[in-house]
Amino acid sequence: MILSRNFVKDYINLDDNLDIKTIAEDMTRVGNEYDLAEKFINCTNLVIGEIVECINHPDSDHLHICKVNIKSDVLQIVCGAPNARVGIKVIVALAGAILPKGEIKKGVIRGQESNGMLCSIEELGLDNKFLKPEDKEGIAELNEDAPIGEDPIKYLGLDDEIIDFELTANRGDLLSILGMAYELGAIYDKQVKDVDLSHKESNEDVNDQFKIDIKTENCKLFLAKKVKNVEIKESPEFIKNRLMACGIRPINNVVDISNYVMLELGQPLHFYDADNLGDLLVVRMAKNNEKLTTLDNIERILDENDIVIANKEKSVGLAGVMGGLDTEVELTTKDIIIESAIFDGVKVRKTSKKIIRSEASNRFEKGLDPNRTYMAIERACHLLEKYANATILKGICKYDNIKEDDKKITIKYKNINDVLGSNISKEEILDVFRRLGFTYEANEDEAIVNVPSRRRDISIKEDLIEEVSRMYGVDNIKGTLPVMGEKMPNYDNTIRSIRHKMMDLGLNETLTYILINDKEVHKYTLDDFEEIRLLDPITEDHNTLRYSVIPSLFKIYQYNKSHYNKDISIFEIGKGFFKKNGEYGEDQKIAALMTGKYYIGLENECNVDFYIIKGIVEELLDYLGYENRYSFVVPDKIPNEFHPGQVSEINVNGDIVGIVGKLHPKEVKDSVFVMEINLDKLLSKKVGKMKFKEISKFPNIKKDVAFIVDKNIESKDIEMVIKKSGGSLLTNIEVFDVYTGDNVGKNEKSIAYSLTFNDTKKTLTDEEVTEIFNMIISDVEKKINAKLRNI
Amino acid sequence: MNKEEKIKQLNEEISIKLEKVDDLKMLNELKIEYLSKNGPVSQLSSFMKDLDNEEKKEYGKLLNELKNNINEKFETIKKKLEDEELNKKLESEKIDITLPSKKTVRGSEHPLNRTIEEIEDLFVSMGYEVVEGPELETDEFCFERLNLPKGHPARDMQDSFYITDEYVLRAQTSAVQARTMLKYGGTKPIKMICIGKTYRREDDATHSHQFNQVEGLVIDKKENKISLADLKGTLEVFMKKMLGENTQLRFRPSYFPFTEPSYEVDCTCFKCGGKGCNLCKQTGWIEVLGSGIVHPNVLRMNGYDPEVWGGFAFGTGIDRLAMFKYGIPDMRYLYTNDVRFLKQFDRKDID
Repeated sequence: MILSRNFVKDYINLDDNLDIKTIAEDMTRVGNEYDLAEKFINCTNLVIGEIVECINHPDSDHLHICKVNIKSDVLQIVCGAPNARVGIKVIVALAGAILPKGEIKKGVIRGQESNGMLCSIEELGLDNKFLKPEDKEGIAELNEDAPIGEDPIKYLGLDDEIIDFELTANRGDLLSILGMAYELGAIYDKQVKDVDLSHKESNEDVNDQFKIDIKTENCKLFLAKKVKNVEIKESPEFIKNRLMACGIRPINNVVDISNYVMLELGQPLHFYDADNLGDLLVVRMAKNNEKLTTLDNIERILDENDIVIANKEKSVGLAGVMGGLDTEVELTTKDIIIESAIFDGVKVRKTSKKIIRSEASNRFEKGLDPNRTYMAIERACHLLEKYANATILKGICKYDNIKEDDKKITIKYKNINDVLGSNISKEEILDVFRRLGFTYEANEDEAIVNVPSRRRDISIKEDLIEEVSRMYGVDNIKGTLPVMGEKMPNYDNTIRSIRHKMMDLGLNETLTYILINDKEVHKYTLDDFEEIRLLDPITEDHNTLRYSVIPSLFKIYQYNKSHYNKDISIFEIGKGFFKKNGEYGEDQKIAALMTGKYYIGLENECNVDFYIIKGIVEELLDYLGYENRYSFVVPDKIPNEFHPGQVSEINVNGDIVGIVGKLHPKEVKDSVFVMEINLDKLLSKKVGKMKFKEISKFPNIKKDVAFIVDKNIESKDIEMVIKKSGGSLLTNIEVFDVYTGDNVGKNEKSIAYSLTFNDTKKTLTDEEVTEIFNMIISDVEKKINAKLRNI
Repeated sequence: MNKEEKIKQLNEEISIKLEKVDDLKMLNELKIEYLSKNGPVSQLSSFMKDLDNEEKKEYGKLLNELKNNINEKFETIKKKLEDEELNKKLESEKIDITLPSKKTVRGSEHPLNRTIEEIEDLFVSMGYEVVEGPELETDEFCFERLNLPKGHPARDMQDSFYITDEYVLRAQTSAVQARTMLKYGGTKPIKMICIGKTYRREDDATHSHQFNQVEGLVIDKKENKISLADLKGTLEVFMKKMLGENTQLRFRPSYFPFTEPSYEVDCTCFKCGGKGCNLCKQTGWIEVLGSGIVHPNVLRMNGYDPEVWGGFAFGTGIDRLAMFKYGIPDMRYLYTNDVRFLKQFDRKDID
């Protein structure tokens, strides 16, 4: 909403010394933000002049050398405008003048001195949509009465200042100059003047000629009046200038008046050509696929959620959004039906979102004051009579189904101070209400406040508290910290610990988008779920919610690879989403991706392989307390994106919680390893508290053994046999060598284990250990079909 | 030559030989040569048996002196040679200490999560609970329970990603307000923050469709008077911690359906410090927070009687705070995850 200073001055005496920026800042402090506050025409050093001599430039086919009388002087100015001639009054930009396109300087044009510039309207910076052809083609020609030597901007009535406000959704009342006047009145403690609604009425009664029929409850108030014999012409300057200042293009006096009243009072009006409309106006919901050509000459296809205005035959307007072409006011229009109504804001909002957002629809959406609906139709009559010589029929067609009581809110002064944490006196509180123009009945510790109907946003006492805080100023309230009745629960830092563990392991934390391309969503998993798509994505690359975090990390890998970053170890904790059995769900997941070198340092670097990322997984699980509770198992079915020989399920307590493996060469040429664990699933498995265990006082005995086994035997199986036969005295098993090659058979491998034995109660003897050790060897030989290898 | 002269001669002979010794091996050989059972010193001892008591005493003394003298010389030279040898070894072990070290890799923490941790730590230290909620929310929790019925004009404030008519990616962490209130069933006070990802249908140079917010909610019995002043004080602590001790706050009345009264909070521009620059559009202020006193409808809808309970709520985006904190000029850096960017955030920051 743009505020025109000249316009609002009709209703409030604003101190002329108040800078427009100050007004804007003062409005901001009470909650009304602005985008810009400036002069409507931003030019300096302009005067009205008269061309007293005009000869053709000897060295040009289009330039003129003009002598211009500016009262204090006669200036020579070279001008290229075709309409430059002796006798016309012109706008002179003196040397030093700042125009939107730059500064005017004295100069010499093709050998002739030029001491300024004669301006067109366009050069003053008026928005293109307001310009007529003549405003661009030549210099402005002012009327004969234009006073030489005076300010042309003032003479043209364009000496206005504007503030462009970004208003909050609840302050529909400020979408009017009158509403702005009340707000400014509250800030500067000024009285708001009355609106002139006066007009004469003829003896004819509109109700004898015209009927309205409201068929939908989405219209609560509908008023219509008729005026006759309008004289369509250009609007007076002040109307045109104010419309332009507020960003609306002047058309003709009648159309301009409807816009003027909307700006002034906030109530959108619609004028119908009475002859084209007929004698009946119906408000109803549109039929599905009903067609209507709107004012902008576009055929709109409507449905049963759109409110339309119709005559006997067909719809003639889209209520609250835009009128129809057929009943538009034209130059030939004689009689007008004026509509002033309130339509349901939600319905108008829906229709306008679909069709077109307009000044009118914006106001309907925010809610209107029924008093203004009545006021606006009378104000339109006043202006039509005054500026279009209209004859106003007496009476009004009225449908009023608004059941609204006067709003009275009782509020305790203590309540206000309790909520604000302030100490504002009763007198100061009541003064705020007075400045806002709210009447009240004040008692010892409470006030009963009458809220005017224009303030649709105020309905409960909290709203009044806001009004007090707004006008009193939060800057005047001192900040404190809350003191609570009860202590709050502790902070669970599990996820944070996991993140830091991963960083300690040398991985870099990323933050990726959860929205991915639908083609990626079923990758890296064989889980059964339905993908979740956005109804209205911005791009195809972000049209679906991820299930796994791996696609997000893979994208980061691709980005980095293309930017020459070869060594990548990244991880992220984030959500994965799914739909299963009709239910939506989301899980917290951790994923990591590793490629290139892991340890960087002299003699210390190595390429990432399966065992490194497996080690990361183990470190993480051990850190979280799952030591000895997990295993790595080759999956029965392997997702296509994984290398079939280097992939494992991560199994905790017999449940699959994740996957780790190398990506398939078809997926990516580099050796890229990924892992993912469903943290919600993992962390649901309870871990005991950390507790001290007695340290053995007796020495360990270590024994090494190597077995030759079939290449496809997994170490895990051998270890299980060793563990079983080793019993409680076997405290640790470690693989220290794996060998394939000439010294074993082609389909064989050798695995060497270092076994540690300990008894917490006594020193183990060699004989005791040898006995267990031999049993282990024979069990492994029997159960795994292994051969002992001599080392 | 008499015995005494022999002793003297032997002493001189050994001294001369010892002077030529330059390693431990030679010294050892010399020791064996002179001090072994059949060596010259032992031979000199063999004269003892032929002497009378007086002479024995005299001769024994000289012989002892000789032995001590030789031993002492041997020890001195041995020590000297050992030191030389150790020094040679140390010299040979000298390394270039400027060569690269051997170490494990160090990971890094995303700057946004660093900022989140800082906020969490601050509020936890002030006694707040940290709660979480789903990112895929229902319209009910994201909007309706926050006093934003369908068709409400304020819904224009955010264009959301809908999955169905009912399901939406949360446009604001405020959705967690309602969930927390329901969890505590209208019977317990609440002092919580929620930090997490939020999503809106916009993607341009200054907006990412995914971003992060922190939401705070404090509710207590009315007799404990949780007030706007408390909100102001809390946000002052918060913003001074994040943006610096000199940060000033400005509360501008505004409108949010979930709070009444509502305030937008501006802080002195973090680029120019309030003088006016292009970041703050010459105003000296930057809008950072939305806040207010919890709307009675929100309390009521979520099980808290507004006659008995009251409190405040606030919310802010974190991405911009993180960018300011680390001087990151472009939001896209946060989500591109170039490892050269990530690795810059690999150390403890100063407080």
